[in-house]
Amino acid sequence: MPSRLTRADVERIAALAHLRLTETEIELFTKQLADILEYAERLRDVNTAEVSATWHPVPLSSPLREDDVRPSLPRDDALANAPDLGPDGLFKVPKVIDQ
Amino acid sequence: MTPAAPDETIAELRAAVASGDRSAVDICQHYLDRIAECHDRLNAFTTVLREKALERAATIDLNRDAWRDCPLLGVPITVKDVICTREISTTAGSRILAGFRPPYDATVVTRLLAAGAVILGKTNCDEFAMGSSTEHSIYGPTRNPWDLDRTPGGSSGGAAAAVAARLAPVSIASDTGGSIRQPAAFCGVVGVKPTYGRVSRYGLLAFASSLDQIGPMTLTVSDAAIVLGVIAGFDPNSASKPVPNFCEALSGHVRGTRIGVARKILADGVDAEVLDAFEEALRVLTAQGASVIEVDLPHMEYAIPVYYLVAPAEASSNLARYDGVRFGSRAPTNDGETTVERMYDQTRDEGFGAEVKRRIMLGTYALSAGYYDEYYVKAQQVRSLIRLDYDRALKRADVIAMPTTPTPAFRIREKIDDPLAMYLGDIFTVGANLTGLPAVSLPAGLTETNLPIGLQLLGRAFDETTLFRLATAYERDVPWWKKRPPVATV
Repeated sequence: MPSRLTRADVERIAALAHLRLTETEIELFTKQLADILEYAERLRDVNTAEVSATWHPVPLSSPLREDDVRPSLPRDDALANAPDLGPDGLFKVPKVIDQ
Repeated sequence: MTPAAPDETIAELRAAVASGDRSAVDICQHYLDRIAECHDRLNAFTTVLREKALERAATIDLNRDAWRDCPLLGVPITVKDVICTREISTTAGSRILAGFRPPYDATVVTRLLAAGAVILGKTNCDEFAMGSSTEHSIYGPTRNPWDLDRTPGGSSGGAAAAVAARLAPVSIASDTGGSIRQPAAFCGVVGVKPTYGRVSRYGLLAFASSLDQIGPMTLTVSDAAIVLGVIAGFDPNSASKPVPNFCEALSGHVRGTRIGVARKILADGVDAEVLDAFEEALRVLTAQGASVIEVDLPHMEYAIPVYYLVAPAEASSNLARYDGVRFGSRAPTNDGETTVERMYDQTRDEGFGAEVKRRIMLGTYALSAGYYDEYYVKAQQVRSLIRLDYDRALKRADVIAMPTTPTPAFRIREKIDDPLAMYLGDIFTVGANLTGLPAVSLPAGLTETNLPIGLQLLGRAFDETTLFRLATAYERDVPWWKKRPPVATV
């Protein structure tokens, strides 16, 4: 049995997932996620030594098309939902350095 | 004398428009009035397209002759708010998509419009379709038309409530772990989760890509077959298969059809009235010549932990795209000191609600270094065993029957603080998503307190036809769909 999920685990995962959690959320999630993972422990009872994993449920092949040039979304439409647009059709973000 | 039943099935509405008895505008106005009348009580919609819908209906009236053969001529529909509609707000019930107007239509929307449908609006749902109660939405909870103190189920609660309350004859929704079938059961309507790959997912906001599927919610089985025929099929943007004529199945008989029942999974935790309704449904079908055989689904008890590791893992990856850069909302960053990393964190913290954060956290953990094999790979291996169970059962049986949900609709706030309790209620629906198999939920009774009960039928991959044949045979004998909830009493 792995040890129960800790507060430090929750803080580490939040950083990985780019979520800045409040103190209350950290406390709540530590308990709730630990409960859920504990419930999931029952999967250990299943012998899967010889079992391959299912990544996709139904075998389907992605359709191929002729390699013709087709119209794509106009640039202005693709950019229309950006929260902050820079000049010349660029997405603007806060500074990336100093990290 | 009872008043004549109003037109409410696709066949009736379509025929009324095609013959000129009613205009598409008249029908559209009727449903818009119903939506306005019920909005305060049900909160089923996130966006209502009053002008756009009437304009569209007027266009159909003007070109009626050219459109005459369209299967959904003038038929009003709703679209769940996780499906992209061009220039029309698509929020997934999330603050992070406030103001988002997709630059394109989902493939299903393009197909529905080409078939003559009129979009009335977008329906409320749990944020990013994560939930079983439609309580996790920035628009507030949707209420069950049969009992306003109860949830309509979820995540497609708005879609189900809209059809049940006769606010629309058709809703288009998505199902990742039961999000079409469970609310269909709770609200007493028909809901179909087609085979994985049957319907294009292009334009569906991705939650768990190996589980997501779009499907119809309707009053009757034949309406569901008509709509699935419209939305299914080849899409150069998404893997898919050739489509049979689903409506041809509807006249067939069920003599000799073998219905598999896994009695062991019904042994505990299932409400007595749900069990009674289930047994009664089996009697109705056997009286028509179907037979019931015992099947075994030995790994069923692992379906919930497998689902709640796989789906959040896929979700944590899919939702990484919401970072406040290309679309959606962004947290204010005007102090000049904020870095891009801080902007991501703050945008996601303010933009996502509690349930979405919980699942992103769970999925990130299951995929993180040191836990990947233990949780994620292990879950996908047990998923293979679950698939094998269903494959074996469906070699002997033509369909597998079980209740859609262990209980009827629960109360609003009843499970909101206990995520695990909420997840456990999905026990009968997640199997179809983990295996990719098609499944339908249809109304199969009412409890003593007038809450709908759902019957679920699961079939072989790409064999929705057998499901429709059996479901329609049941419905012909016991047309529960004609019972109307209090908010829709004529």
